[in-house]
Parts: sequence; C-alpha cells; structure tokens
Amino acid sequence: MEFRSQTLENGLEIVAECNDEAYSTALGFFVKTGARDETDEIAGVSHFLEHMVFKGTPSRTADDVNREFDEMGAHYNAFTNEENTVFYAAVLPEYLDASVELLADILRPSLREDDFNTEKQVVLEEILMNEDQPPFGADDKCRALHYGSHPLGRSVLGTEASITALPVEAMRDYFQRRYSPGNIVLAGAGRIDFDQFVAAARLSCGGWQPIAAGRLRPTPEPHEAFQVIRKESATQQYAVQLTGGPNAEDTDRYPAKLLATVLGDDTGSRLYWELIDSGLAEQVSLYHHEYEGAGLFLTYMSCDPDEAAENLQRIADVYRQAQECGITSDELAQAKSKVASRVVLSGERPRGRLFALGGDWVQRRQYRSIRDDLEAVSAITLQQALSVLQRYPLTRSTTVTIGPLEEVRAPE
Amino acid sequence: MSESIYKHAFPNGLVLLAEPMSWLESVAFTFSVPAGSVDDPASRSGLASFTCEMVMRGAGERDNHHLMQDLDSLGVERGESVSDAHTRFSGATVAANLPGALALYADILRRPHLPAEQLEAARQVLIQELRAVEDEPSQKVMIELRRRHFPDPWGRPSHGEMEAVQQTSLDDVRGYFTRRYRPNGAILGVAGRFDWEALKDLVGQLLGDWQPQPADEPVEGSPGKKYEHLPFDSNQTQIAIAYPSAPYRHPDYYRAWGGVGVLSGGMSSRLFTEVREKRGLCYSVYASYHTLLDRGAVFCYAGTTAQRAQETLDVMLGELARLAKGVEPHELARLKARIKSALIMQQESSSARSSSIGRDWYYLGCVRTLEEINRRVDELTCQGINQYLEEHPPADFTVVTLGPSELEVPVGVS
Repeated sequence: MEFRSQTLENGLEIVAECNDEAYSTALGFFVKTGARDETDEIAGVSHFLEHMVFKGTPSRTADDVNREFDEMGAHYNAFTNEENTVFYAAVLPEYLDASVELLADILRPSLREDDFNTEKQVVLEEILMNEDQPPFGADDKCRALHYGSHPLGRSVLGTEASITALPVEAMRDYFQRRYSPGNIVLAGAGRIDFDQFVAAARLSCGGWQPIAAGRLRPTPEPHEAFQVIRKESATQQYAVQLTGGPNAEDTDRYPAKLLATVLGDDTGSRLYWELIDSGLAEQVSLYHHEYEGAGLFLTYMSCDPDEAAENLQRIADVYRQAQECGITSDELAQAKSKVASRVVLSGERPRGRLFALGGDWVQRRQYRSIRDDLEAVSAITLQQALSVLQRYPLTRSTTVTIGPLEEVRAPE
Repeated sequence: MSESIYKHAFPNGLVLLAEPMSWLESVAFTFSVPAGSVDDPASRSGLASFTCEMVMRGAGERDNHHLMQDLDSLGVERGESVSDAHTRFSGATVAANLPGALALYADILRRPHLPAEQLEAARQVLIQELRAVEDEPSQKVMIELRRRHFPDPWGRPSHGEMEAVQQTSLDDVRGYFTRRYRPNGAILGVAGRFDWEALKDLVGQLLGDWQPQPADEPVEGSPGKKYEHLPFDSNQTQIAIAYPSAPYRHPDYYRAWGGVGVLSGGMSSRLFTEVREKRGLCYSVYASYHTLLDRGAVFCYAGTTAQRAQETLDVMLGELARLAKGVEPHELARLKARIKSALIMQQESSSARSSSIGRDWYYLGCVRTLEEINRRVDELTCQGINQYLEEHPPADFTVVTLGPSELEVPVGVS
C-alpha cells in the first residue's frame, strides 16, 4: 500500500492509496457541497444536481452515460449528504483511464431543461417515498430542531414545494459556484498506477476553471427540545434523538465512536441489552456523526407505541448511568475488538477504502492507513472515553418522536 | 481466479466447503442448517425464526451475555437469517479468530440452552419485527407477492404470522430444534484465509459426532390469487409482479437469467431506462431472480405516486412483453461486462464467497468456481437467450399492488 497525492494547477486535489494486490479499482469525485451550502430558495438543489450529473454532457446523452458505465461493467453510484456530493465507480483496473474520463465528463453536465423537468419527477418520487417509510422524515425534522437556523439543520432532499418551484437557472448558478476544481477531491483506492491516474485526471479536468467556493461555518448553538409528531397510519412509534459530539477536526472523535459502540452498538451494547434482547424495542442504536465544525450523537429507536414513553425513559436512564458511573475497561476492550474487526473487513474492498480515504481527505486533508486507524483505536484510554461524556453529556437532547401516538411523555 | 474449492463430507451428513482466498486477512463462514420457513408447522408459522432467536440466547457453558461478549471479543461480524430452506448463521472476522468462533457456533447449533425465562423476550423480538414490516410498504408488497406466487409452504414469509408467534410455546421451540438442527442437510461454507487440514480437523472435532435426525418433505398447497390490491394509506403505490422462470439447477438457467439481466441490472437496463430515465415515473424499479430447488421466478418492483401508478404498471408489463421478442447483442455485451467485473470483485469479499458456495451446494450438489461461472456467462449468446424467451415468454403473472387505490390489470395478463 502506498499513499500518493498531487494537486493540479487549477486546485483539483488527487489522492490515492495504491495497492498492487487488489483485484479492482475504486475511484470517486468528492465535491465539497451539500445541504449546508444551500438557502431556502434552493433547498434540495445539491441532491437534485447529483441526479442531473448523470443526465448528459455536451458530448454525451443521458443514455450514453448509463450505457458507457455499464459497458465497463462499472459498479457506480452517487450520494449527497449535508456536506458532500460523491460520485464513484468500482471498475476493473484496465478501465482506469476510461472511468476517470467518464466521471470527469459528467461532472461538467449540460443541465438541459427537458432533462431537468423529467428528473424533477424522479426526485419528487424520492421525497414521497421517503415520507412513506420510517422514520417518515423525523430524522430531518430532528436535525432542523437541533440546529435551528444553522446550515446543518437543512434537509438533503428538500421539500416537495422547494423542488417543484426550483428553476433550472438556479441549479446552473449553484453548479457554477460549487463545482469548482478547488472544491473537489478525486480519490482512488485499489490497483492504481498513480502517474497514470494523474495524467488521466489532468487530461479530463485540467481545463476546469477555478472559482472561489467557500463555506459558511457559523458556530452551532444546539437547542434542546422534545416534539411529538402524529402519523396515524404508522404501526410502530419512532424516535430520533440528537446531542452534540466531537466534530470532524476533533481528536476526541475516536473515543466518541468507541463510546457509542459501548452504549449503543446494534449488538452487545448497553442499549441492546436493555431494549433489544428484552424485546422492548425493534431497533435501537447510538452513532457518532461528524461534520465540519460540528458533531452529533444520534440515537434511533423504533418500538410498539405502548412502550414508547417507557423506552425513552430507559434510554435516558442508560445515558444517565453512564454519565454518573462511566463505562468499564472490559466494555471498552470489547468495543475495540469490534471496531478493529470492522476496519479490517471493510478495508478489504477498494470500495471500502475509497470512502475512508476520500472522507479523511475532504474533512481533514489527512491520510490514514488501516494500520493508523487500528493503532488509534487501540490507544484510546478509558479516561478519554469518559472525558467525551463530560464534554458532551448524552442526557441533554433534541428528540422527535413520530408514530400513531398523539402524546408521548418526555423522559426525566 | 481461485480454481480450487475444498470439500469434505462427514459421515453424519455435514458438508464442509472451503474456498481459499489467501490474499485476504479475513475469513468468513456460513452455517446453513436445514431449518427453513417451509419446515414451520402449519399452525406455527415463524417457528424457524423463533428457534433461531432462542438458540442465540445462551449455549454450552455460556449464558446469553457471555455468548455475545465472547463473539464480540473475537470481532465476529455476525448475522442470522431464515430462508425458505435454511436457517443461516454467518460471521466474518480476522483469520486468527476462526477456531474460537467456530467453537462458539458449535455450541449454538448443538447445545443451546433454549432458556424458559427468555421465551417471552424472544417472542417480543419476533412481534416487533412483524409490526415493523407494516411500516415498510416496499418490503411488505414483495412479501405479499411471494406469498401469492409460490404455493405454500414455499411462499411463506420467514417471520411468520402474528397469531402463530403469539401461541408458540417452549415445547414447540425445543421440538423444532431437536428435529431440524441436524448435520444431515447442513452445510458449512468457509472462505478467506485458513489452513484446510487444520480447518477440516477442527470441524470434525466440533461437529463430527453430531447425530443425524430423520428428514421429511414439506407438503405443498396451492398458490394465491393472481391479482390483489392491498389498501394502504401512503403517497406512493407499490407495484409487484412475478412470473415463473427456470430454477438455478435447470440447464436453461443461464439463458433465462440473461434475459432478466437485460431487463434489470445496470442503469442502461430496460426497466430503469423506460420507467425511470425516460418517463420519470419512479425512484426505484427493478427485477430480480428468485430460485427454489425445483422452480424459479422473476419478481419485479416499482414504487410510484398513486396518480402515475397505472401508467407505471402498463409500462412494466409492456417491457415484459417486449422482452419476449428478444434481446440485442449490445445489451448482452453490457451484461457480460458487468458480470465479469462482479465476479472478479467477489474475490475481494470472503463473506460473499462463503455464502455463495453454500448456496451452490444446496441447489446443485456441487460448487461452481468463479472461473466456471465466468465461462458459462461467456458462452451465452443472443440466439440462445432469445430462443429461451420465445419458448418461455414472461407470462402467468401474479400482481400485487399496495397503496391508496386499485389498478387495472389487463385481461389475459393475469
């Protein structure tokens, strides 16, 4: 494994973890733009634009794009979140040049109006689908409540109204402002000849014109709240709970992840024993999620409505107990073996490495090998995990619960 | 590609299959026990799932907590699932931890406590799962499609029915465990980094003296209605269509599968292009292949706004009719490219291989290497696929819709 990086004259950063032993190559353009870079008028444009990127360029129709990816046998897709829009493909090594060229070309899309109108229907279907399935938008609502007017409170999909009203010109303008080479990282993992990778990128992306594309970074001022939303047709009751956590630049993010594993991993954690093993809830989990300049602990729970209030109280009790009495070294050691095993397993596929590599670079401009991650996890002390709990108490949260209940008692 | 797959049949019927992938750090295993949903007694649907939930609640010298702790300490990423024919216990971890993990699973399969005091908790887990499906329309419609398309017991959902789960007793679970958790018909697939001789010896020590039990065959009922609409309060209507196709073990399988690959798979496939890309009718649309031992089926799905559901159904049925007229060489070429790269990429996943080799053994009584699958796909021709499609055009549809209003299913289609 060898890490290489280079920056083109126009600011496009290229990073790769080259592994001669790998069978495949994974590559992706990480565009540093997402819901947090939007305003009310263009809510959902980042995600809609992600769809439009596949709809053709001056030299390719939408059909050409799909066909050419499939001709390479590429496994490809894209996703958008609050901070990034990522376009990626896993291919056989002989398609390195062709896949760089194709991905690079679609990153300069035509954004034709008729394609825009057809694809708008698909995005609206995605929004409606999302409203039909758990947690019925409660995740977005909780984030909005937690962050208030801070940009991280914005919805990735936008709303039916904002997407319906969005004109194509607004998307073109957003594209011009955000898809600047200096705001994009091209990452690769697996079997890659780095010099060839850079040459291919230079050929396809070297002519992209740079524009300053910054990002507002106001300090979040999280709110505490408890909200009940009624959805009569739902069978189960769902709850999303957010509290602050270490951000992407914070070295406490490793202890935070171990802490979340101890308390709320989907098997063998404290919440698992309290709620899942006992059959009191269908699902419960605690995750740590990191953004630029902000971090979250996210608790998710679904259960029979009859148990909802008591389950929320049980979760609060688990957190209060951890807050007051801490966690044990045995629990920490067990969490470390779980996390280490996951790092090794996900790292075996170039696709798994691509997201780790691209994420590290986009968030921190830092390369971390599998070995670095394993060592960092292994070095975490009980004291570090406990200090995260002191800095970010899990007991003060923003909670949204959705389901058939009209009222739910807030936990004490 | 790896050419060798080790195989050893123990005298008690257990088959051990192992594919070396020495370039990986990990090893994955899948135990398939002949305890599927088809083996649930008629009044006790969900019993295989109930039993699976119970065997994980303490085994050998470990109680519930210790068992889970020890699996976690070995870094075993695990999962259990119940299919029509099997209960599967799968796991993956770093190579050095394989012996410890297999020993824990030998306890789970042979010496579970099936503790009386945990019966109600296990029942609640199953009830929660049943309730959760009610909130997942896209999942629910496919469960209802399968139930109507395949005759009972092959179409049963693995998680059972509410009433049966509520009535299941500890004796039911213990009786089912005694009859169905047995070495004859069980398959252990291992893939990744391991030493074959050591593995074979270890499995022999752990499971070689496991006693076989008599096997029986399920009794087949009849399939359900050809079209049914299930009212559901939602924005979108879920559309599900099934039709019969060749099973995996049939000589026609690859030709039949080739046609489905042109229909769905890759964004240039017909369903994606016609339903989503050209018309913007939905976000999600696909067709997938489902195989049993002696029959197969293609299941198609789309979820779309109620007002556009009829058009979506019509376009989907139109594409199924067009498929019968044959596929084009450029479509087949793309399918081959996709499969070739998927097969090569499978070599990067021990988990994918450990479950594939077990499935092959169950359906075929042998294991196809990636090399062999690649050769069979390479040998496909348009002429071969089109001949199959001409002789077996998509027909005899089962249709289920779920949403605010019923759709018109054209006469002669169902």
